[in-house]
Amino acid sequence: MTMQSDVAAGRLSPDEYRRNFDLDATPPLTGRQAVIEANRCYFCYDAPCVEACPTGIDIPGFIRGIATGNVKGAAVTILEENVMGGMCARVCPTEILCEGACVRMAQEEKPVAIGLLQRFATDALFEAGGQPFARQPSTGRRVAVVGAGPAGLSCAHRLAMFGHEVTVFEARPKAGGLNEYGIAAYKAVGGFAQAEVDFILALGGISIEHKALGRDVSLGELRREYDAVFLGLGHNAVNALNVAGEDLSGIFDAVDFIARLRQEPDKSRLPIGRKVVVIGGGNTAIDAATQARRLGAEDVTMVYRRGPETMSATWAEVEWAQTNGVKIKHWAQPRRAIGHGGRVMEMEFEYTRLDDGGRLVGTGETFTILCDQVFKAIGQRFVPSPFDAAAGEVLELSREGRILVNEDRETSLKGVYAGGDCVPGADLTVSAVQDGKLAAHAIDRALRA
Amino acid sequence: MASIASSFIGIKSPNPFWLASAPPTDKEVNVVRAFRAGWGGVVWKTLGEDPPIVNVSSRYGAYSYQGARVAGLNNIELITDRPLEVNLREITAVKKQFPDRAMIVSLMVPCEEESWKRILGRVEETGADGIELNFGCPHGMSERGMGSAVGQVPEYVEMVTRWCKQHSRMPVIVKLTPNITNILGPARAAKRGGADAVSLINTIQSIMSVDLDLMAPTPTVDGKGTHGGYCGPAVKPIAMRMVAEIARDPECAGMAISGIGGVSTWRDAAEFMALGAGTVQVCTAAMTHGFRIVEDMADGLANWMEEKGHATLRSFQGAAIPNFVHWEDLNLNYKIIAEIDQDLCIKCGKCHIVCEDTSHQAIGALRVEGQRRYEVIDAECVGCNLCMHVCPVDGCITMVEHKTGLPPITWKEHPNNPMRRPLEATPAE
Repeated sequence: MTMQSDVAAGRLSPDEYRRNFDLDATPPLTGRQAVIEANRCYFCYDAPCVEACPTGIDIPGFIRGIATGNVKGAAVTILEENVMGGMCARVCPTEILCEGACVRMAQEEKPVAIGLLQRFATDALFEAGGQPFARQPSTGRRVAVVGAGPAGLSCAHRLAMFGHEVTVFEARPKAGGLNEYGIAAYKAVGGFAQAEVDFILALGGISIEHKALGRDVSLGELRREYDAVFLGLGHNAVNALNVAGEDLSGIFDAVDFIARLRQEPDKSRLPIGRKVVVIGGGNTAIDAATQARRLGAEDVTMVYRRGPETMSATWAEVEWAQTNGVKIKHWAQPRRAIGHGGRVMEMEFEYTRLDDGGRLVGTGETFTILCDQVFKAIGQRFVPSPFDAAAGEVLELSREGRILVNEDRETSLKGVYAGGDCVPGADLTVSAVQDGKLAAHAIDRALRA
Repeated sequence: MASIASSFIGIKSPNPFWLASAPPTDKEVNVVRAFRAGWGGVVWKTLGEDPPIVNVSSRYGAYSYQGARVAGLNNIELITDRPLEVNLREITAVKKQFPDRAMIVSLMVPCEEESWKRILGRVEETGADGIELNFGCPHGMSERGMGSAVGQVPEYVEMVTRWCKQHSRMPVIVKLTPNITNILGPARAAKRGGADAVSLINTIQSIMSVDLDLMAPTPTVDGKGTHGGYCGPAVKPIAMRMVAEIARDPECAGMAISGIGGVSTWRDAAEFMALGAGTVQVCTAAMTHGFRIVEDMADGLANWMEEKGHATLRSFQGAAIPNFVHWEDLNLNYKIIAEIDQDLCIKCGKCHIVCEDTSHQAIGALRVEGQRRYEVIDAECVGCNLCMHVCPVDGCITMVEHKTGLPPITWKEHPNNPMRRPLEATPAE
């Protein structure tokens, strides 16, 4: 064994990079395909797909629009309930949401391709341009939204429609949140995330200030200066492995790898190991592993400490990774990272199993995987670091540390609302959009009371 | 093995599938291809007097339904636009090459005895098996006093049919137009004129669609449209009713019927034949898929006959006619109720919403432990079948007979009928 790590950029030809990152993972439907697919929809009464959609889009309604040639009407039906319907069409795990509930699943295990149809309709509207939404007369009320991710932008858009003036505070250079920084490149090609942000802002009444909560501006100030505050803070911390050697070079947080990859216009400049290990079993792990392969890594192994049934990545995501040549190992947990000259060379894992009490335990047996890079994707968290407890900025948190909210997405502080990944619930774009929308309705009711 | 060989007014063909007089039968090259593909016969596209007519560019309009192409087709093409001489020469050649196939020649000339006499002689020389009088074309020719302009006047139908029987030894089939109030008028006239058979339906006058940009009916010709003749799967129910009407009419008894209208499959053919047709004629299905469809039509019909124990076509021809009755002969005491197989139900809720919105509020939408459940309310169900038809799952909703214990009663005897005939006082005939 040579004690040299093999990390290099430019492993592929320009055409391979283009195919791997600039083309849609799932190509959009053509007009004819869309009509055929739309006609597979039974136009159910009390449709199970609608109930399965966190934003409650009238799915049979918009699909009928596609079937009849009323594609604009279809797009508006979608965007009325989910202003990020275009991105959700690309990134929603439809197999466990609308399509999983489609009655055709029960009939033939082949659901209507709701996600692709949604994309067809929203893409057509974006392509045609124009603004289907209008603002109500100005109320003169001002709302602060913290975080320009899906939750924040959804909330801001709905509030602006209601006639309120919205200021969005965003710490990162671009708006869009995880749509911009956290999604695999091939899921949102062609700068779609920014096109969607532009579409939302084009409504008017929303301004963005590039300031970070807790650094440039405090919750206390926002509460004093605005009539209401919405917190769409997302995750702001990454779980650590807590194993020896974790600080060796070559070991990265998968979220940083994914963000950097998304922001790099020239993918040939991104160094990637010949052998890569990804630790974790969620969609972040999948996106890191698959994109590592697509950057030219030869061997990519995903290691997850439990069995396939508890992976938070959906079966469709797992299949996607496997189709891309990612090897998935279950029932093993990281023990230590072994390095040479400060660089990671091997990862040691211990086999795991469930004990009689159903708890995960190590078996004592270990194995190692040679690697040039390790990406950690064992979960993200919210930590209340942006709040100054001494100044009375104390929000009630859940046991796992997220901000507790009621049905209206209002926190324990009056007039402060929250949504998205910083509150309990599914960490999905579509859930974040719904949180923002519900909060906007509640804020509007409160401001008009 | 069941035989699908056909003998229709003395004309033999290896199967009852003929191509109707239409574009697929306009030229030797097409008809030869059809015979090689296995079609039992053709009705050659309508011949007229020279000089030939002129056709327009842009001729067909199609009706797409729920993503399916050509649920219906219409055309604004006229009869053959080739010289009579050319057609006759080709007919002669093809008949010689395929002596076992039925060769019928469709004709349309002005309503003058001399015109008919003249063309009949020439057709006879080709060796054709019979003629079909085109009294049905609903556009272009009708404005010139031919086609449906003749078919809509029973007296003309009778007169021309008689001329043809007088001046030709060939069997005569009269093709009827559906663009008329009562199909029995021209059918009976054909019988009086001595027709060996009628064939129906010709196409239905139609506007296929409107081009909302051009603001003109389609198909458009230089920005304008005209009505055309409608055919294809969508017209099959209309055609079958007219066929059955003639098949059960005592005055038409003994006159054969060639069924036309949306025949696309062996099952369509079997249905037309069960309603009295001796052969069927096909056009739109071939124009949609090519000639090869005849393979499955022949094979499928033979397999079905085998399964049902029908050795020949005659064994089931007209078998459904005794059960085709007038509404007043239906039993008002017969009752069926919808039954939903909960194990097959996929919870689409369509049965509920159509019954609730448009019918009898007889299917309840429930949630049982959060799960959707649709249940028939027996007391409200009138047995209309609507839920069964909209249900996307085969066999999920069935209509089950509900014994009323009451004797059969028809409207003719029903107490609510002010014109009823007392049961005990049926007048002797």
